Amino acid sequence: MGLVDSGKMPKSLTKLLNISRKYSLWVYQWGLACCALEMGAAFGSPRYDVMRLGVIPFPASPRQADLVVISGTVTDKMVPAILRLYEQMPDPKYVISMGSCANCGGPYWDSYSVTKGIDQVIPVDVYVPGCPPRPEALLEGIVLLQEMIHNEDPAERWKGDPIVVGGGEIS
Amino acid sequence: MTTDHITAELDINDNEQLRYIAAQAVDARVNVELETEGMTLNIGPQHPATHGTLRIVAKLDGEQVIKAEPIMGYMHRGYEKLTEVRTYPQVTTLVNRIDWVGSFANEVPFILAAEDLMEVEAPPRAQWIRTALFEMGRIANIMLFLGDMAVQLGGVTAVFYAFRDREFVLNQIESVTGGRFHPNFNRIGGIKDDLPAGWIAETKSVMQKVRDFCDEMEDLVVGNEIFQLRCRGVGVIPAEVGKAYGLSGANLRASGVDWDLRRDGDSRLAWKDLDWKVWTHPDGDSFARYWVRLQETREATYMVEQILDGLPTGPIMAKVPRIIKVPAGESYVQTENPLGVMGYYVISKGELTPFRVKIRTASFSNMSIAPWLLEGVYVPDIATILASLYFILGDIDR
Repeated sequence: MGLVDSGKMPKSLTKLLNISRKYSLWVYQWGLACCALEMGAAFGSPRYDVMRLGVIPFPASPRQADLVVISGTVTDKMVPAILRLYEQMPDPKYVISMGSCANCGGPYWDSYSVTKGIDQVIPVDVYVPGCPPRPEALLEGIVLLQEMIHNEDPAERWKGDPIVVGGGEIS
Repeated sequence: MTTDHITAELDINDNEQLRYIAAQAVDARVNVELETEGMTLNIGPQHPATHGTLRIVAKLDGEQVIKAEPIMGYMHRGYEKLTEVRTYPQVTTLVNRIDWVGSFANEVPFILAAEDLMEVEAPPRAQWIRTALFEMGRIANIMLFLGDMAVQLGGVTAVFYAFRDREFVLNQIESVTGGRFHPNFNRIGGIKDDLPAGWIAETKSVMQKVRDFCDEMEDLVVGNEIFQLRCRGVGVIPAEVGKAYGLSGANLRASGVDWDLRRDGDSRLAWKDLDWKVWTHPDGDSFARYWVRLQETREATYMVEQILDGLPTGPIMAKVPRIIKVPAGESYVQTENPLGVMGYYVISKGELTPFRVKIRTASFSNMSIAPWLLEGVYVPDIATILASLYFILGDIDR
């Protein structure tokens, strides 16, 4: 990956790599609470059918995953496990934070045991707001992430602002 | 003479010692050749077979579980403390999210307890609509179980049907309450809105779809030989043990205990006016638990249809003050929720917020039997037993 790190990759090669990466996202489902069901509906049900977007929702372990969807309430007891999972994933890796709880604590903003936002622990690429978000919102989040991957310079990862669903139009 | 005696004694001791050493050597060889060492298997805290964030530490001897210990608290959100700083109408928003699969049922007992304290009663139409939505929440909840249990035994097909048909029920709930999962529809003294136009006819057709789904599951899962082999005789709970552990709901009815708070409790909801049956099964194994839940889903569709046919007319809200201050007192109300008995013990000191709310949830008791049940089973049966007990992690940890 020396070519990528040095930023000397040819543009056409970057584009080819990005297109291949965005249509073969392997999603690890980190289902925690209510949002896990909406994620299950988005990934598992015939009505929403996420595989048409080129997303494969059933990797056997985080070591095979490119993307993790943290969906639901993250408690302080759960955080070490999430951190460990995130570290197990190979680079380049992406995180979607689904639902108000994972974004900022949600209805448990004043609870003593809930982590107010998973972005305190791991970097988040796309925030999907809602309590719980509809499956369509998660699908839009995935489409936005794919847009991001498409236009991404691999050397420039983690620079710039994260994307928020509903915050702008899909280019 | 004395020395002879001593040597004789020594001989005996030597012989014993030699025999002891030989026996040890034999034991060691057997240990090495035949026996397996104990192993600790950690399942979770996140694993598809645990419905969320339950962690189970199982000590294994070969394929057999010696001891299994569930570790909870990964989903503890501090409900009982949070209710002390929320006003009564805000608490329903919160308690929706305890059992997130059949949310409507969570708020009803709390609202009933608050109504008890305020000495208001919702008008009959509100109670009937509550009952209808309560039962639809039950349907949405148990449909997921019916598909999910098959997944955990390796039959992935069923869950796609479950998700497909569950959407119809969720759509109906959404068109009344505005929320797919968390309706927040109950108010102290009634409900928020009346039913929208055309809802009754649509719901009846959806109930027919749910019954078709139940028939499908009966063919696909219950009639499946592999499913029966994996479930029959696995995780048997005798009725007395179940009662001693505080089980409730379908888990207890599958052990042959004919007890249902909808019929036996003193609820104000419309169940007493309906014609329905409590399903029980004598076996008490995983199969019985699946079968009872399947029959309950079908029974619930008939109940919803009866409610829609006999819906009384009239107002949907009783007269309550705009700012709700609940008079001082204590009240405990429990109802038969999809997962079992759920109860709220509300203590009020006459303020805007409750002084203390104790939440009794079904899954916590249903889960407490797991160490007893998992002792001595084989590793693949862990998934069967946990799936058939059917718990929601939010309902356990709160």
